[in-house]
Amino acid sequence: MTAQTGKTVLEVRGLSVAFPGRKGETTAISNVSFDLKLGQTTCFVGESGSGKSVTARAVLNIVEPAVIKAGAINLVDVEAGQRIELSGLNPDGAEIRAVRGARIAMIFQEPMSSLSPVHTIGEQIIEAILLHQDVDTATARDRAIEALRAVQIKNPEEAIDRYPFEYSGGMRQRAMIAMALGCEPDILIADEPTTALDVTTQAEILRLLKGLQESHGMAVMFITHDMGVVAEIADQVVVMLHGSVVETGEVDQVFHAPAHAYTKKLLKASMGLDEAAHGRAGVASGEVLIETHNLSLSFPSKKKLLRKPGSGVQALDEVSVELRRGEILGIVGESGSGKTTLARVLMGRFRPQVGQAIYHTRDGVAKDLTDPATFRDGQVYREMRMIFQDPYGSLNPRMTVQQIIGEPLLVNGLLKGAALRDRVGELLERVGLPASAMERYPHAFSGGQRQRIGIARAIALDPRVIIADEATSALDGSIRAQILDLLLDLRTELDLSILFIAHDIGVVRYFCDRVAVMHKGRVVETGTAVQICDAPQDPYTQRLISAVPIPDPRKRHLVA
Amino acid sequence: MTLTTPANSPDARIGQVRDTPEVAVGEIDPRIDLTHGTESQWQLIRRRFSKHRLAVVSLWILSLFVFVAIFAGFVAPNDPGNVKARYTYAPPQALHFIDKTDEGWSFRPYVYGYTVEIEPEALRRTFVIDEDKKIYLTFFKRSWEYKLFGLIPTDIHLIGPERSRDPFYLFGADRLGRDMFSRLVYGTQISLSVGLVGVIMSLVLGVIIGGAAGYFGGWFDAVTQRAIEFLRSLPTIPLWMGLAAAMPSDWSPLQTYFAITLILSFLGWTELARVVRGRFLALNGEDYVAAARYDGCSHLRVIVRHMVPAFTSHIITAASLAVPAMILAETALSFLGLGLQAPVISWGVLLQEAQNIRTLATAPWLLLPGAAIVIAVLAMNFIGDGLRDAADPYAK
Repeated sequence: MTAQTGKTVLEVRGLSVAFPGRKGETTAISNVSFDLKLGQTTCFVGESGSGKSVTARAVLNIVEPAVIKAGAINLVDVEAGQRIELSGLNPDGAEIRAVRGARIAMIFQEPMSSLSPVHTIGEQIIEAILLHQDVDTATARDRAIEALRAVQIKNPEEAIDRYPFEYSGGMRQRAMIAMALGCEPDILIADEPTTALDVTTQAEILRLLKGLQESHGMAVMFITHDMGVVAEIADQVVVMLHGSVVETGEVDQVFHAPAHAYTKKLLKASMGLDEAAHGRAGVASGEVLIETHNLSLSFPSKKKLLRKPGSGVQALDEVSVELRRGEILGIVGESGSGKTTLARVLMGRFRPQVGQAIYHTRDGVAKDLTDPATFRDGQVYREMRMIFQDPYGSLNPRMTVQQIIGEPLLVNGLLKGAALRDRVGELLERVGLPASAMERYPHAFSGGQRQRIGIARAIALDPRVIIADEATSALDGSIRAQILDLLLDLRTELDLSILFIAHDIGVVRYFCDRVAVMHKGRVVETGTAVQICDAPQDPYTQRLISAVPIPDPRKRHLVA
Repeated sequence: MTLTTPANSPDARIGQVRDTPEVAVGEIDPRIDLTHGTESQWQLIRRRFSKHRLAVVSLWILSLFVFVAIFAGFVAPNDPGNVKARYTYAPPQALHFIDKTDEGWSFRPYVYGYTVEIEPEALRRTFVIDEDKKIYLTFFKRSWEYKLFGLIPTDIHLIGPERSRDPFYLFGADRLGRDMFSRLVYGTQISLSVGLVGVIMSLVLGVIIGGAAGYFGGWFDAVTQRAIEFLRSLPTIPLWMGLAAAMPSDWSPLQTYFAITLILSFLGWTELARVVRGRFLALNGEDYVAAARYDGCSHLRVIVRHMVPAFTSHIITAASLAVPAMILAETALSFLGLGLQAPVISWGVLLQEAQNIRTLATAPWLLLPGAAIVIAVLAMNFIGDGLRDAADPYAK
């Protein structure tokens, strides 16, 4: 650490940003004040739309089409003792451009779209170095290699000439960090840099950022919605709500003595490994509803004209799970582990090459889900229903809520006319929406409300099994918790069994009775949720669990 | 509401976080505003379209064209085929509405008559507007007979000279002294209908072939895609010329008219088939289409109820952009003398008259059908643009 640690490098006072519109302006943030200190990490938390990202962009004066209405952003040169006021500068001017990249660098959430796909990683880092430093190309290349080495990319001499698509998500984010650190900035702004990454990769990136911060002594402005990440890395915390700062403080104080009610809510809704299980386990009976035996499915690489097909991807490798009546079975794994493929096999969308998936119907008949005749039969999929991940894409924008929820009842010839209308109203109220909402179209609802509509559609046919494919991962913390509680209530009330596919361990621990952990198409471990989270047996599960951030700064384990 | 919290401790329930932007379990959100969100897709499109000013103006212009095309006989003051050798290349007359006489001002539309002068050296006849000869006009004038919608015989016209023998040439006269305005009006009828009928035929072909290719995929998709690529690689004008040349010369004008539209849609469907196929492919991946299948919908219901409504607006847009292309193609063919033949009147046929530079120098009003084409094509393109912008359900 340098001697400058702890000195204030950026002072933001009374910052307000608004989007001009035809009917007056919309305020994005108002009266935001905070300090960034060298060698310290300040985390900005809040749910989507709270103005975190706008604040970060305002610091760099790149808020277009919005405008900075009021406030001061003072960038302090600690060694020279000079101050620059950034908010008054021309957003396209030379002065602010000299600050961007050189003194304040930024990394983004989506590493795929923030790197140019047509240039090599090296070209992009070298460009950043050449822009801000007075060096020749050969030196810049050496520095780029050093930067890649610093972010722990293997063989930086070779990796520098690769294209972004040859990098994995975590490597791309490392490359972005290398680019940002190329000019040794005083301030690094990280806008949800780990949100798109798997939990184990997230842990690596957080560790890397912390290490780099210590060696460079820079201030980090870290934006996230994940209280677990905040607890792991923050020194200071700024809590935002509807464009305003509601609480600022030391991380320990914010977590253990929160002053504002909203902070308390955020903390309550944050789910980490410490989360208590919902406490309603034990309703599961021994009756098995779905059992799979050695399901294997590989996607052959695409048949090309005049070319031999390659080996392909093994999406499922001898998967055997069983879902019992009344239980919630979690399928956990990182992206590409095959969990969604498993759901699609059960829903008849993919056919496995090997293995069986048996569903025992209400009448006690065993049906093989891998047989296309089962899909055409229809009976099975009246009892097995699906909830989708994307609350926007899963509702037809051209149908009213009544038509959407009533569709399964109508096409199966169960209800029509006034009876259908009454039933839809009943279903809506059951999921916490007013019956009068049925006249409206999906575009009028928020994400959480849409997911409730999706749930109403799923329970319309009085199903026994619900397959929920990442049903809550597109939602913010407190809304996610409400949807989970709704599903828990419906489970008891309607005697449902739920197959819950998730990547968020905290959610799984709270919500599921049993968990199957998947890795590279295989089920590596199965057990009760508590056992998997507290005493994982398989090495992969152990790695996965240990990478989960815990929303308590006193239990830091990712970055020591 | 039966959905209450079971007996376990409420503190264990993380969802019990109140007054967050979402409603808690078992409660109905009182903030849901029931005055919004009840607009259907078509209402939304209409509202957004109405904000696209250029498109709205274009829609009015196109409506005028369509009105003129439907009521061609009523709008046209003169019989478009009526030859009057006396008025060969008569220049356009300006329309006046306010009659200023010794008694004062009055609303009485009139045009000035012509005096014919013969230049002694060149023996060329020139028309001079004679301001002493006022030809008064009346509305709903009864003169030559025509059939409204091709069915109802009548002789009422929107406007005409009080005495039917008087010359009335708003857009001038052509080589045979026929009224350009009336001919343009009748040309509108043929040209617009060629465009519309051609697009409707391509639409039927395109939607069926493209839809089947997109929904079922596989070898059918591969074959149709290659066929479309082949058809689109053919140079159009020579192809049309070949097809037009293959038409028997003894066909009646009506038969040629249908043959020409058929030829035009023979290539036009490919574009639409691609649009439809692309939409089907994109929609096949949508969660709500998957949800419809899980709801137990048949293939037909998935297509008709869930997929087609999602792209009708795209189809309408593609079609409205295809109509002007059709019109231009017909014009090009007729201009080259390969398409429609006199006595059928279309904009292309009318422009054939304007092929000779010397006649153009003496009678530049023969180019007016060109102006009509430009206005109609631009209007339809703007409408297509406006529809495209309005059709995206999530566009801002």
